[in-house]
Amino acid sequence: MKNQSFKLSATIAVAATLGAGAASADTLRLLTWGGYAPEEVVAKFEAETGHTVEVTKSNNEEMIAKLRATGGGGFDLAQPSQDRIAGPQEEFGIYKPIDLSKIDASLFIPSMLDATKGNTTVGGDVYGVPHVWGTSGLVVDTAKASMVQDYTDLCASDVAGKVSYRLKRPTLIGFAYSMGLDPFAAYGDAAAYEDIMKQVEAKLIECKAGVKTYWGGGDELMGLMRSGEVVASMAWDTGGWKLNADNADITFVAPASGALGWVDTFVLPAKGKADDAAYAWINFVMQPEVAAMITAAAGNFTASKGADAFAADDLKARYQASFPAEAIDNIKWYPPVPAGLEAIEGGVLDRVKAAK
Amino acid sequence: MTPDLQCTNLTKQFGDSKAVDNVSFSVPAGSFFSILGPSGCGKTTIMRMIAGFLEPTSGDIQIKGNSVLNVPPNKRHVNMVFQHLALFPMMNIADNIGYGLRRAGMHKKDIGLKVDEALERIGLPGIGHRRVDELSGGQKQRVAIARCMVLEPDVLLLDEPLGALDLKLREHMKVELKNLQAAFDTTFVYITHDQSEALVMSDNIAVMNAGRFEQVGSAQDLYYRPDTAFVAGFVGDSNRWSGKVVKQDGGNALVQTTSGLTLRGATHGRALSEGDTIDAFVRPEAIRIAHNAEELANFDNQISGTVTSILFNGAASRVMVRDTAGHEEVAVNLPQSGEFANLSKGAPIHIGWASDQANCFAAGAA
Amino acid sequence: MHREAKLGLILLLTPLLLWLVLLIFIPHIDLFLVSMRERVGVGQYDLSFANYLTFFQEPLYLVTFLRTAVMSIFATILTLLIGFPVAYYIAKMAKGRTQSALFLLCLVPFWVSELVRTFGWMILLRETGIISNLLQSVGLANGPVEMLYNDAAIMVGLVYTSMLFMVVPLVTTLESLPDEVVEAGYDLGGNGLSVLREIIIPHAMPGIVSGSIVVFMLCLGNYLTPTMLGGKESLWFTELIYSQFIVRFNWELGAAFGFLLLILSSVIVWGMLRLTGQSLEKTMG
Repeated sequence: MKNQSFKLSATIAVAATLGAGAASADTLRLLTWGGYAPEEVVAKFEAETGHTVEVTKSNNEEMIAKLRATGGGGFDLAQPSQDRIAGPQEEFGIYKPIDLSKIDASLFIPSMLDATKGNTTVGGDVYGVPHVWGTSGLVVDTAKASMVQDYTDLCASDVAGKVSYRLKRPTLIGFAYSMGLDPFAAYGDAAAYEDIMKQVEAKLIECKAGVKTYWGGGDELMGLMRSGEVVASMAWDTGGWKLNADNADITFVAPASGALGWVDTFVLPAKGKADDAAYAWINFVMQPEVAAMITAAAGNFTASKGADAFAADDLKARYQASFPAEAIDNIKWYPPVPAGLEAIEGGVLDRVKAAK
Repeated sequence: MTPDLQCTNLTKQFGDSKAVDNVSFSVPAGSFFSILGPSGCGKTTIMRMIAGFLEPTSGDIQIKGNSVLNVPPNKRHVNMVFQHLALFPMMNIADNIGYGLRRAGMHKKDIGLKVDEALERIGLPGIGHRRVDELSGGQKQRVAIARCMVLEPDVLLLDEPLGALDLKLREHMKVELKNLQAAFDTTFVYITHDQSEALVMSDNIAVMNAGRFEQVGSAQDLYYRPDTAFVAGFVGDSNRWSGKVVKQDGGNALVQTTSGLTLRGATHGRALSEGDTIDAFVRPEAIRIAHNAEELANFDNQISGTVTSILFNGAASRVMVRDTAGHEEVAVNLPQSGEFANLSKGAPIHIGWASDQANCFAAGAA
Repeated sequence: MHREAKLGLILLLTPLLLWLVLLIFIPHIDLFLVSMRERVGVGQYDLSFANYLTFFQEPLYLVTFLRTAVMSIFATILTLLIGFPVAYYIAKMAKGRTQSALFLLCLVPFWVSELVRTFGWMILLRETGIISNLLQSVGLANGPVEMLYNDAAIMVGLVYTSMLFMVVPLVTTLESLPDEVVEAGYDLGGNGLSVLREIIIPHAMPGIVSGSIVVFMLCLGNYLTPTMLGGKESLWFTELIYSQFIVRFNWELGAAFGFLLLILSSVIVWGMLRLTGQSLEKTMG
């Protein structure tokens, strides 16, 4: 009796495992940012291809930490920024090369596709293709703090106690450019980079007294700006445009020293199981009309060729107001982060945070 | 001489109900006073008012002639032995006994001496360092009393402190408590629902029912000369019959019980007239039992019947007797002379008692 | 029969053992192994104590840990001071429905997530928040009052989050104290203070100790409250661990920090127990 029941339960267990395995072939486990996989897009994709999509929302650091914890398993498609692909790939081997033959290159803006391919190549293999791009710069209440034109202006006494920024690496890079330094050029030279970071550290500690708080999440920043407790802050362009829709005075300003440009990509986790579904998703969302839906949801433009034609007019207007032609040329695109730089930056951020 | 404790017209009202209703009594110095009553009769309320945990609704409490109404419990020269003793489990025995002295600000050395002396007196020398839970029930009892007695209170209140002990120990502690009271020469006020505790130990007993004192007197008074039907029923065992007065003649009454038995009883000065419904009480030990009716010739109540059951309980053995007409069953104590050792169920028997042993009270009084 | 009993015991213990081994032992051993690695090159690691040395050599980390520990101890004391009267009222003075209603009231904050609770405090305390506006409308303040982003706000958040874990063990131990014993304390000449000191607190000691240990560990391990309510320089040790793991990709140092947190907090708890003359057995027994 006992034996039989064991056999029975073993059979059920095996059947359940097989069943689960078979089902997962059609399930795309997508690790992405909020807004990059709107429900309507997912529904449309599921209807057209028969695959199902499970969306997990995250950010750069958590995406890499998650994939590192599982050795690149648990997800079939992820969307880290292009500068966070080569370094972690060398260090942890969490991605697998992209088979470019399965990607419809005609859907991409060629210059962007080429730049991303170049930035994500490790050992001759390409690991990423571009999806959404945007910038980070300043969000300013122009009625109260129109004098804030660059990152270092956040330290001005006029706005003391009413500014905010994140204690994260974009702040370090932005301040460095604003101080006339070139951190990206020093990426390959750890000593030079450390020197730049030292100067930034001193500046940030000097500025600390005037900072209201270091914001941690987008919602927190929105609250601070809307309530008027903060009149100028470092932020993403989309955050500024969202606030602009509520309050015409608040908008995104590209800093004089240049906005920082980022590109979020598509990568295949090393142990992903549904590559076909992943390629299908990439080719699906890069179609101009679908890309426009994502732009509407996320607020940022995509690398999809011709999607601009479908984008909403008010978004285009805000974009043009924030980015005059020379500002676009002045965007500093993040190059791949060499492994080990995070440790230098981390020390700086800790010391700034701890400083009185 | 001023009594140690005097309560005057003490009343305590909880909402609509009067827990204590206009009670007055006084306890002379050095005496052992008990309040005996069923649970819920208000005796604990009186005790807590004396200790100061409850404020009387009206009336006065005087200790050694001074009113203590506005004195908080920690300032009253009255101490209490609680029902579950309430020894402090976080302290050892010596600290328990010394607690009150420390609070009174006595010197450490003097406290040590007094504690040792108290332990000596309760017959437990050298246990000061032990923990509370290492003691037996009887030892804890004595420590609880010593803890109060070192403070030399004017009155010691005891709230059914023997309730938690087993029967044998309880019997032993009754004697011991009486001895301790004599040794400390302090006024004890003891409340209990156990009549034998009250009867054995007390100089004076108040029988309490429904917030009032039914009778205050010595143990003998209560037992032999109850004032009310409640006291007659509550103190000691009795055969109790309800009936009607058929004929009244001076101190005697001819009574017909509801079941039809006719008996003669005594009114002991209570006003009863013919036709009144009454309760009659006859104690089992007041009834004589005999094999021959002639032996009972001098009793004015005589009944012949049969033994329906024998309740053997050593010295307190009883038989139940049913009269020939089958009206009533009567409990009768067996004399210990051995004369009735062979009595068996169903045997014919004769019983009789003097009419003044049958106490009659107007019905409805209790 | 005997064999069946044995099988029953094994079946009974299996979930516990699985839980212990899979969720406690193995992760900790793994964490320890990770903490003992030092990165020497891309994807190359050596066995060393370097991560532990970093903690003791970099004053920032040590100071952050001490700050976290001291503030957690302070929050624990504060929680105890506020929780004790509350627990005493619930256990000894409130009766019947009031008692359960009050107890439920302590539970209410836990019906929402910690994040929501913390946001609630932010709404109350911020410059444009409810308390600030109230103070201005009553006339107690001339301008907006900022009560967020400082250590006091962290304290408020920590105490609020911890209250239940202090009140529950206190209520349990205080309920086991017979009213008689308290009355005896008064009857024998004690006043409110001496009864509290000599009778109520010694009796409640096991509850105080277990409540304090739980609250201390909760405060020490809290992440959301200090990061959201805290000010610009309010680093919390868990924040350091999080940033080592997630932001810096430095799992090795993060693991070492995690282990140090475990060891140092155990040392603090042990030290406190010794200091107050309590033992874990007494508290749990």
